[in-house]
Amino acid sequence: MFLRCLAVAAALLFLLSLHAWFTASESSPVIKEWQAMVQRYDLADLCLFTDALYTRNPVLTDLTTAFQDHPAALEHFPSGTLVAPRQRGSHGLD
Amino acid sequence: MAWIEKQRYLLDLALSSLLRRRGKNLALVLVFTTIVFVLASIFFFTGSIKREASLVLKGSPEVVVQKLVAGRHDLVPESYLTRISGLPGVKNARGRLWGYYFEPTVGANLTVMVSDADVVRQETMVIGKGVARTFQLQKGQVMRFQCADGTERDFRVAEVLSPESELLASDLVLVSTQDFQRLFGVKKGFYTDLVLEVRNSKETATVAEKIKRLLPDTRPILRSEILRTYEAIFDWRGGLLLFTLGGAALAFIIFAWDKATSLSFEERREIGILKAVGWETSEVIALKTWEGIVVSLTSFLIGTIAAYVHVFVASYVLFEPVLKGWSVLYPQFHLIPFVGPYELVALLFLTVVPYTAATIVPCWRAAIIDPDEVMRL
Amino acid sequence: MIVLKHVTKTFNQGNSNEFTALKDLNVILAPNKVTVLTGPSGSGKTTALSIIGAMTKPTSGRVEIFGREITSLPERFLAQVRRTQFGFIFQHFNLIKGITALENVMIPAYPNGEPLGSLRERALSLLELFDLLPKAGSKIDWLSGGEVQRVTIARALINNPKIIIADEPTAHLDSKLSREFMDIMAKLKSEGRTIIIASHDPAVCESEAVDEAIRFRDGQILPSHACV
Repeated sequence: MFLRCLAVAAALLFLLSLHAWFTASESSPVIKEWQAMVQRYDLADLCLFTDALYTRNPVLTDLTTAFQDHPAALEHFPSGTLVAPRQRGSHGLD
Repeated sequence: MAWIEKQRYLLDLALSSLLRRRGKNLALVLVFTTIVFVLASIFFFTGSIKREASLVLKGSPEVVVQKLVAGRHDLVPESYLTRISGLPGVKNARGRLWGYYFEPTVGANLTVMVSDADVVRQETMVIGKGVARTFQLQKGQVMRFQCADGTERDFRVAEVLSPESELLASDLVLVSTQDFQRLFGVKKGFYTDLVLEVRNSKETATVAEKIKRLLPDTRPILRSEILRTYEAIFDWRGGLLLFTLGGAALAFIIFAWDKATSLSFEERREIGILKAVGWETSEVIALKTWEGIVVSLTSFLIGTIAAYVHVFVASYVLFEPVLKGWSVLYPQFHLIPFVGPYELVALLFLTVVPYTAATIVPCWRAAIIDPDEVMRL
Repeated sequence: MIVLKHVTKTFNQGNSNEFTALKDLNVILAPNKVTVLTGPSGSGKTTALSIIGAMTKPTSGRVEIFGREITSLPERFLAQVRRTQFGFIFQHFNLIKGITALENVMIPAYPNGEPLGSLRERALSLLELFDLLPKAGSKIDWLSGGEVQRVTIARALINNPKIIIADEPTAHLDSKLSREFMDIMAKLKSEGRTIIIASHDPAVCESEAVDEAIRFRDGQILPSHACV
């Protein structure tokens, strides 16, 4: 009987994975809407955290902003720990 | 065939053995499931956002050019735009006007932007769903802004963006160019930054280099960097995630260790009986392995399915207070379901294998005793 | 036929509490007979039983079962020998609590991997033999002393062994049940099996079913074959 429950649970997980795989495909309407929006507004960042400039635009923020946002220069938590600064390329342009 | 039948018997006995110590094993499964639930929730959430980022930011600007003065952003003058447009390899260049507006009464940060695609009438604004929610604004209602010159200006809501757009535009306020300039005191002929299209996408880095040489106080940002930045968010090295993962791992180890070093008298006796009636050591260990697998696999399946429901159906409610942090304007993401096979398999191995191994250790010591000793028990 | 040659068994070798249970034992046990190993506690009869039943290896000496030497066998094969050739009845019954009589009887046969249907049938018929059929689905915690004893005998028979080994089987039984036990042993002997019992109970040793008594004292066999 246990095996049957296990099989059901495993099947459920598998089905959920399939569902996720299909909905996350590029043809999903939500993704298309987002892609259209990115192009329309020239967006370079997702709107994940609005508490600080460097968490709102990790890509576009300059290097000193992280130190400016609070008089006591406190870290914004947890967004500051979850969002890394822009990954700089090897081209040495900045 | 006989092997399969034998495994079925072992599994049967393992189940009955676990049920005989119901309380202890139920507690074990509960703790285990919770750990898997937390970890899987994190995997699903971060995986979903990263996937969304990678699918969506493919269309982000190929090059963004900023001007820096003393390490800080400065406005880009029109002349820079003209000179960059003239560079070979640059197909299209335009200036962007955007900036941050801090609303003191509520304490929210807004991103104010001008969009060439949306023609916004004077003194009206198109707002993101998050703005509408935070300030309780509907279409037609008005909000007061403080301009840079000290005056106040009312903006009427012309449109509210869709809820699905919150991932990108939750805090967005779109205004006309004149309104932007008046609001922030930005003079004509200056931009926040420039966005470029290049003719040959393989030449992006070269074009960026040319720009840098032409205008040394600029900083070009490439699309590849944008994408890589979002691949690196929610990195396990980030403080919060490190603590959570570390904590979960520690909890797991402590629990598995506790299980590993304690075998009740009754369990030891049962192992002895099995040896006495003719079971080999390997068969006893196989039995105990099945016990370990049953507990860990059950926990894994329940924990993972619960995590899936938590993140994608219940909108990650348990993470909400953590993610909100200091934000006043808090986007409500539409998460596309994500189940990373690699992450799942990794989680499976990280939980089922060590736990099963931990169950075997004490049993091995008990299983190798001479059955003779059982006679004397 | 079971042969022990120069068998010595020492426990805790090298330690301060070193103890020699058997000293240079030589004995031949005839097949298809009921043999009782008797003697006071500590005389080595339980140890001898252990060695005969392939439950432990002697410190020195050789053991042969039906012409096959088992002392040098690795543990894996020893376990197989134990499972297929022997059936064990323990002093303290040694059944697994919390599961049914039927499951307890089937357990020694699990490693063989035979189909559940035939195994169940065989187990049920054994229980029926001992008038335990109505109790087959009951957890053994609910059975009386005599019933438990009969379940252990049924368990000992599940793999159809040639040799039955019993260690102080009547220790927890009254005289009526002890007599019944010996009757069952006689019946098993008539089926062609060899029975070896270790007991210091006179009721066992003096039973009519017994063919031979071997007396132990201080790890050695006494020449007298009387019971007491």
